[in-house]
Amino acid sequence: MLQEILQSLPQVLVDGLTLGAVYAVVALGYTMVYGILQLINFAHGEVFMSGAFIGTAFFILIMGMGWASAIPQFILLIIVLILTASITGLVGVGLERVAYRPLRNAPRLIPLITAIGISFILQDVVRFIAELFNGNYIVTGPSLFSEQITLKASAISSIFYDARFKTSFLIVLGVAIILMVALDYFVNKTKWGTAMRAVALDRETASLMSINVNKVISITFFIGSALGGATGVLFAVQYGTIDPYIGFILGLKAFIAAVLGGIGNIRGAMVGGMLLGLMEMFASANLSLLTGGVFGAEYKDVFAFAILILVLIFKPEGLLGKPTAEKV
Amino acid sequence: MKLNKSFGVLLSGVLSISILAACSSDSGSSSSSTSTTPTNTEPAEGTKVIKIATQSPLSGGSAIIGEAIKLGAQMKLEEEKAKFEEMGYTLQLEPYDDQADPKKGVSNANLIGADEQIYGVIGHYNSGVAIPSSEVYEKYNIAMVSPANTAVEVTERGLKTVNRIVGRDDFQGPAGAEYAVNELGAKKIFVIQDKTAYGTGLADAFIAAAEEAGAEVVGYEGITIGEKDFNGVINQILNKKPDLVFFGGLYAEGGIIIKQARDKGIDVPFMGGDGMDSSGLVDIAGEAVKNTYITSVAGDSTATDSGKKFVEDYKAKFNKDPEGFSVYGYDSMGVFLTGLESAIKANNGELPGKDKVAEAVRAVKDYKGALTDVSFDEKGDNVNAKIFLYKFEEASYPPIQVGEVSQ
Repeated sequence: MLQEILQSLPQVLVDGLTLGAVYAVVALGYTMVYGILQLINFAHGEVFMSGAFIGTAFFILIMGMGWASAIPQFILLIIVLILTASITGLVGVGLERVAYRPLRNAPRLIPLITAIGISFILQDVVRFIAELFNGNYIVTGPSLFSEQITLKASAISSIFYDARFKTSFLIVLGVAIILMVALDYFVNKTKWGTAMRAVALDRETASLMSINVNKVISITFFIGSALGGATGVLFAVQYGTIDPYIGFILGLKAFIAAVLGGIGNIRGAMVGGMLLGLMEMFASANLSLLTGGVFGAEYKDVFAFAILILVLIFKPEGLLGKPTAEKV
Repeated sequence: MKLNKSFGVLLSGVLSISILAACSSDSGSSSSSTSTTPTNTEPAEGTKVIKIATQSPLSGGSAIIGEAIKLGAQMKLEEEKAKFEEMGYTLQLEPYDDQADPKKGVSNANLIGADEQIYGVIGHYNSGVAIPSSEVYEKYNIAMVSPANTAVEVTERGLKTVNRIVGRDDFQGPAGAEYAVNELGAKKIFVIQDKTAYGTGLADAFIAAAEEAGAEVVGYEGITIGEKDFNGVINQILNKKPDLVFFGGLYAEGGIIIKQARDKGIDVPFMGGDGMDSSGLVDIAGEAVKNTYITSVAGDSTATDSGKKFVEDYKAKFNKDPEGFSVYGYDSMGVFLTGLESAIKANNGELPGKDKVAEAVRAVKDYKGALTDVSFDEKGDNVNAKIFLYKFEEASYPPIQVGEVSQ
């Protein structure tokens, strides 16, 4: 049994890291907003989904132009990432302005309900637009970075099978890591990052120290939503097919990843996302093996969440969360 | 700050406009769906209105097929309209969107039941929706003719009103299994299902027949509808090295599984049921769809002369190619109208009760449709139903027919 698990391990790691990277970057959006506003922005999963659609639309649009085939795929991806991140970032700022700012002093439950409402609206707006242009809301984008790479894990040790993946795996992982490192730098080393941390620590006092709280919150939403939108593009590149409901399940899991890592803690969200992705992929590949066929791959979420519950029982503040530490 | 504020105003403007656009479009589409139906014109004085509902997923992942069923039914209804006008009745089509959701299907069914003028239902596409909804039709004695439901339980419950013109999963699954084992020489088979009434039923029927035929099932896994990453299950396929993978489910997930499996270098044949019989499968899987086999209850529309005529008329009328199930929507409506006509005649030209119409539909024998021959048995199954086997040799729809199995 152990041997079979080991054989597939390289492949499971590759797939788990891809999924985990997506969870991690989406989890960042949840954790940043929570850190500053103590608001669980459930619409964030839908911002991610909008990013996937906007990105796919750009890909189809740009690749439809004749001269675009001369552009290297990588540059094309960067252009689309930047465009999409800007748009979804602005959508995030708009959402905050319209839906959350008027409710900032309302009881906590109210903005939470609003967030759920916003997520329904975004789902149906995207569905409507996709159906208008495509006739069907399941959209399949152009296939990019589809060269196959074989990871010669068997050369390291004969225990392992080789792992195969598409170039898009490297792109997803690479871009996700760059985004996370850049965000970490931004929050910890720049003036605006300091302002964000100050607002997260104590909003009233920060405003007394001549920090423009509204602006900081807008920037937080911009960055969080831009990251979510960029991840949407990565998701579309990796998995090809998207629909307006991908944001719900994925958003939920990213939120859980944020809780696992310690909500409000940026590095925690990254760790939590990666862990959740790896656990899920490990479970779906090995669960029936481990339980002798009693539980199949369909119980992967049960497995992953059972571990989540265990972690939270023993460390309620999450893996990297510190009960009294600074947030964001 | 100023810039920020103006951005905020701009974005809130964009948001509210898009919300408004969504609202108006929603009401627009629902009113257009009734107004574009030419059958909805005011009935002439003195004629009685008979409404026939369609229930199929007009939105959602299966919308391509749901729309095809509706258009097929609509076409037949419009062709037969003149005949019923002479008898003094105006036929009207009432399309309902069941969203492939059992809850929505049942709530639509209650609306249908509450409408005194609706005498029959053409639908559904999803067995999981048809089963609870048909309980409601039974209560109101509304005849249902299904163009696509294959789950065994649909007719097995002994409901008087439920009929289908297609084959059953306990016939479709074995047909696929025999082909896989005998023709493709599959010895080790990996089975995936999507945990719906349809997917599980089909997969179980397939497994039973495959094991009987001498193949070994090396893995049996479930996936969750709506997810996009099936690499976990695909890794198991890699380990088990089967020589055929069977998927019991619909094309939205099937297409992704095929694509992700081919990306991982799994080049063994895939096989699926009628839920994969859609051009959407090719859209999603792309080139990866090659070497995929499907069993379908829907035959090749161009196989008969009347079928060819149907395809041409359909293209001319709706300006798009028919799906495999279009002709089944057409023939289901044909069967229902045949039953309705005989019920009216039996009642001396007066409008009979809904229960009489349901009885007459069940009694239909030797109906010759554009593609199907329909004779219902006492359960409402079509004794002439066939199962067809197709292979995708190119990344194009429809696939090539490679076999045909009769009951």
